[in-house]
Amino acid sequence: MRKSRSGLNQSLVRQETIAGYLFLLPSLFFFLVFVVYPMFMCIYTSFFDSNMGKNTVDTFIGFGNYKELFQDKIFLGALRNTVVIVVVAVPTVCAFSLWVASAITDMKPVLTSAFRVIFYLPVVTGSVAVTVVWKWMYNNYYGIFNYLLKSAGVIDKNINWLGDARYALWCIILILFTTSVGQPIVLYVSALGNVDQSLVEAAEVDGATPMQVFWKIKWPQIMPTTLYIVVITTINSFQCFALIQLLTSGGPNHSTDTVMYYIYYTAFKLYRYGYGNAMGVVLMLIIALLSAVQFKLGQSQD
Amino acid sequence: MKNQKSKAYRIFSLVIVIVLAILFTFPLYWIITGSFKTGKEINSTTPVWWPTTWTLKNYEKLMSKFKAPLFELTVPFSQYFTEDGTPSVAFAGPTVPAAVRWMVNTVWMAVAAMLLTCLTASLAGYALAKKRFIGRSLIFTLIVCAMALPKQVILIPLIREMSALKLYNTMSAVVYPIVGWPFGVFLMKQFAEGIPGEILESARIDGASEMKTFTTIVYPMIKPGVGALAIFTFISSWNDYFMQLIMLSSNKNLTISLGIANMQAENQTDFGLIMAGAAFAAVPIIIVFVIFQKYFTKGITMGAVKG
Repeated sequence: MRKSRSGLNQSLVRQETIAGYLFLLPSLFFFLVFVVYPMFMCIYTSFFDSNMGKNTVDTFIGFGNYKELFQDKIFLGALRNTVVIVVVAVPTVCAFSLWVASAITDMKPVLTSAFRVIFYLPVVTGSVAVTVVWKWMYNNYYGIFNYLLKSAGVIDKNINWLGDARYALWCIILILFTTSVGQPIVLYVSALGNVDQSLVEAAEVDGATPMQVFWKIKWPQIMPTTLYIVVITTINSFQCFALIQLLTSGGPNHSTDTVMYYIYYTAFKLYRYGYGNAMGVVLMLIIALLSAVQFKLGQSQD
Repeated sequence: MKNQKSKAYRIFSLVIVIVLAILFTFPLYWIITGSFKTGKEINSTTPVWWPTTWTLKNYEKLMSKFKAPLFELTVPFSQYFTEDGTPSVAFAGPTVPAAVRWMVNTVWMAVAAMLLTCLTASLAGYALAKKRFIGRSLIFTLIVCAMALPKQVILIPLIREMSALKLYNTMSAVVYPIVGWPFGVFLMKQFAEGIPGEILESARIDGASEMKTFTTIVYPMIKPGVGALAIFTFISSWNDYFMQLIMLSSNKNLTISLGIANMQAENQTDFGLIMAGAAFAAVPIIIVFVIFQKYFTKGITMGAVKG
């Protein structure tokens, strides 16, 4: 009796396994071939001196690329810029989007979704269209920024915003900011809508101020969303590429290089393929580490 | 007392939000009005806030200055050898403005990525949510880990793989990695988890085949999720500039974003032409977004990994 049941179970398990893998197969194929394999190759090639040439053979150099990396002034500068971008963008994006979301959730549903669309527009417009218009606005002679600041009396000479190492990175951060708040606002609006209303009402009956209601009741409940937003904003800021490539190409004099742009530059302009991959591995490690920290924080929250 | 205070605050925050909304829409406003301005107004050092004379000159230039073939057919028996000895064939086909060809490419790319992603992800998401099989948790862990890694890093190794597969400079090179990216599978698993197990069980007892169960029971239940994934994939692949930049090179294979970026690099100060290009690239996708924004929002919120 027992034996036949386990036999039945086994055939059921086998059937489920076969069906499961058949359903997974198409997706797994693309995932393994076009995501997992290149990830593996990124790590593998980072140990080789390799260029994009067809007839040259890669030579194994162990940790050579990594050693060079930490003496490469341009890479360290790019890493510094990337950290500046992340450190400035992440808190401002989170605070801004939380404020906007809490301001628009109380409005009529039509208004809420209208504002949600408006703040998402810069993302949908696409990096190329967004950057070309900002490039015009930042322009030395025809740009709107110089005109406005001059008429307001803030500056008396035109500033070459993107050509000046003192301002260029901040100009890029401003654009990155406008293209980064869309998704967090959508997430916060939905998270604030899911806050347990009975708790909020109970607190209001007990005479809590709106500020107390927010920090004592809503904030802890939207904490998982905040952590998620911190992670996606960090990853996006670390990957900042299109803005740099289209606006400054890392210039003037590498002052706006980010890690991602420098990877592209080494691999496709200098054709140092292995070296670029070593940088990619370092970037992966940094992001994996940050994600792991977030994951741990999220667990301790529960 | 409390209500009055919150009313004053409400008006204050409404005003601020409106001001911010105006600032956020300004770049788009500047693209669209800029594309209709005359050269004189575009290059005036005092900004012209509203075009005094609307002109289509910029769009005419966009359509006439750059050309590309709409499609190419191989001319039969036209094989020949180029000077360095590589075999080649002659092509023939109608010529259209390059922007039109780029738009056709972009739509084709985004639609292919969308259909393939929805098909593979809904099958896989259902399997991961409802089937109990060996290796399931391992695959799921792999998917979640891959999602936390920077997507752009794999592009450098991908280019070599694509060259080896003879896919470099084709739309497939852009589409396949988008299909492989596991976000869709994750999203569909979230949706498929809501299907009650009893329904699937009774379908099995009735003797329905696996495929029949999927098409008649599972698919109708995860349809809103598929809609969300479809619009999400469409918009994000349309705007995936880095991938397009790396994988596509010849003029006839460019996407609209790439084409406008190249045009901008060649005509740095012809802002009218560049704005016309930017408007041409951005307006269609914005319209798609506004129409389907409900599904889109759903996709974003359901795809959020919780703790």
